[in-house]
Amino acid sequence: MVVLNQKVLEEINRIKSKYHDSRSCLLPALYIFQREYGWLSPEALEAVGEILNIPKATVKGVSTFYAMFSHKPTGRHLIQLCTNVACMLMGGERLLDVLREQYGLEPNITTPDNRFSLVIMECIGACDTAPAMLVDTDFHGNLTGEKVIDILEKYK
Amino acid sequence: MERVLLRNTESPHSADIHEYIKGGGYISLHKAFEMKPFDVIDEVRRSGLRGRGGAGFPTGMKWSFAVADPQTPKYLICNADEGEPGTFKDRGILEKNPHLLIEGMVISAYAIEAAWGYIYLRGEYPRAKDVLLSAIKQAYEKNYLGDNILGKGVGFHLHVHCGAGAYICGEETALIESLEGKRGQPRIKPPFPVNEGFSLKPTIINNVETLANIPCIIEIGGDAYSKIGSPECPGPKLYSVSGHVKRPGVYELPMGVTLREIIYTHCGGILGDKKLKAVIPGGISTPVLTPDKIDCPMDFRNLPRVGSLLGSGAVIAFDETVDMVNVCLRITKFFEHESCGKCTPCREGVGWMRAIIERICGGAGRNGDLDHLMEVSSNILGKTFCPLGDSAATVVQSYLGNFRHEFEEKIKNR
Ligand SMILES: Cc1cc2nc3c(=O)[nH]c(=O)nc-3n(C[C@H](O)[C@H](O)[C@H](O)COP(=O)(O)O)c2cc1C
Ligand code: FES
Repeated sequence: MVVLNQKVLEEINRIKSKYHDSRSCLLPALYIFQREYGWLSPEALEAVGEILNIPKATVKGVSTFYAMFSHKPTGRHLIQLCTNVACMLMGGERLLDVLREQYGLEPNITTPDNRFSLVIMECIGACDTAPAMLVDTDFHGNLTGEKVIDILEKYK
Repeated sequence: MERVLLRNTESPHSADIHEYIKGGGYISLHKAFEMKPFDVIDEVRRSGLRGRGGAGFPTGMKWSFAVADPQTPKYLICNADEGEPGTFKDRGILEKNPHLLIEGMVISAYAIEAAWGYIYLRGEYPRAKDVLLSAIKQAYEKNYLGDNILGKGVGFHLHVHCGAGAYICGEETALIESLEGKRGQPRIKPPFPVNEGFSLKPTIINNVETLANIPCIIEIGGDAYSKIGSPECPGPKLYSVSGHVKRPGVYELPMGVTLREIIYTHCGGILGDKKLKAVIPGGISTPVLTPDKIDCPMDFRNLPRVGSLLGSGAVIAFDETVDMVNVCLRITKFFEHESCGKCTPCREGVGWMRAIIERICGGAGRNGDLDHLMEVSSNILGKTFCPLGDSAATVVQSYLGNFRHEFEEKIKNR
């Protein structure tokens, strides 16, 4: 269930002043809902549509176009592992095996304890420190199997 | 050459406005405000600056198109989507020198008479977002942004708008759709954004690095600027270097340095002193080159002469051990994933190419697969709605052209 709180409404209203057309607030509003509720449930999409006066189907059509919007619940920490060319060259795909063995992670899967979700990324702009990943909003580069585990142990 | 785009970025406080001003920052803005908007554009035209987002369009000319359109309001958009794999140069400016970008944007907005601007920032850059937001806040406090900038009666408001993980939103018309709260699918051109862009109003879209060059042009003058680097496409250039080099990173060098200088002089050569097998000069959307081409100057004019493109200036080096068919597969997967789905040749064709390359990699390649791959790619080329499909096709053809023996070997040894 989405319980609309005043804070969210105020934040979206503030964003409206940045644009001449409230339709432009759609992506920012989806970000706010995702941050507040962890993911974009059908109810959340409906609520966004109501606030911005956009049909629910349109909201869903837009929201599902973008890879960074999640339409199912995610774990407490989101691991975004890059496997694009520079990271692939430096062993990024092997790290996937480490995540699989250590945490039972697969792409687009959340661990049963709800601790981690994993998504595979197309270049996160950290190629000079390949292989690289983002955990929540933190960049981590020059990864090795051991280093990945050390880093992830800090995210409870 | 003294650095322009990455000036002072080794300082831990380079993103702070006080430090930026101490180093001579915002002086160009004062200077530009003493000039007529038309003269600012003329200076940029004379500088010879060409857009750093990939296509290399002359910036001054683009601006004059927007100014010639009588419609108002006009918008200025900074393309900070930086989605081209291998590229991380804009991130350097965004995180370490945000005021250079803001100063460049205010000058540009003054020149084209735009009162509103947006920075369309890729969603994968959370740190850049925080840095930008505080830099913009500081710029408002110092009256470099706002309704009456420096008391000169010029108004410009700047906002950050975050993308959400779609490579195609780097394409300017898809970017506008996305900024308007829609699916990021490209529009047909013409009309071009300079006439019908954001909210169907005249809109200038420039890359981060392009806009970051503007303060320097105003500071030293268009003529002096035009003498830096390659004569036909002058200026300083940021090269993102990754892959099998000893010192990967972002390098600010004059436009037109050779790949050899970048790889062997600046980046210290190939890891483990292995042999270079191949190099991508401008991000994975640009055709791959073999080592006999590395004496080519890195600019918009010379790379096409050896069969590639400058793109975003993202160099990826491959040592002799790399399986190039596998690289080609990874790149094709990227294009399949990022195709926006709007036009059939790209949506279906790229998936077909991927399927053929995948089966070759998996040891199930068939005789005739390579001809088939050529045929599918030729059927994509020139028939797609936007350049994404074209890139996918030319890139596959470049791997096939340069490393056909590797594909053949895999099919033979299946
Ligand atoms: C598929 C595709 C992706 C693109 N991605 C980017 C990008 O991430 N950043 C960018 O500045 N330009 C990108 N471009 C180029 C833009 O469409 C546009 O030409 C550029 O932003 C213009 O700015 P400039 O004149 O300063 O280069 C892309 C183009 C295409 C076709
Ligand atoms: S390829 Fe992995 S960060 Fe760029």
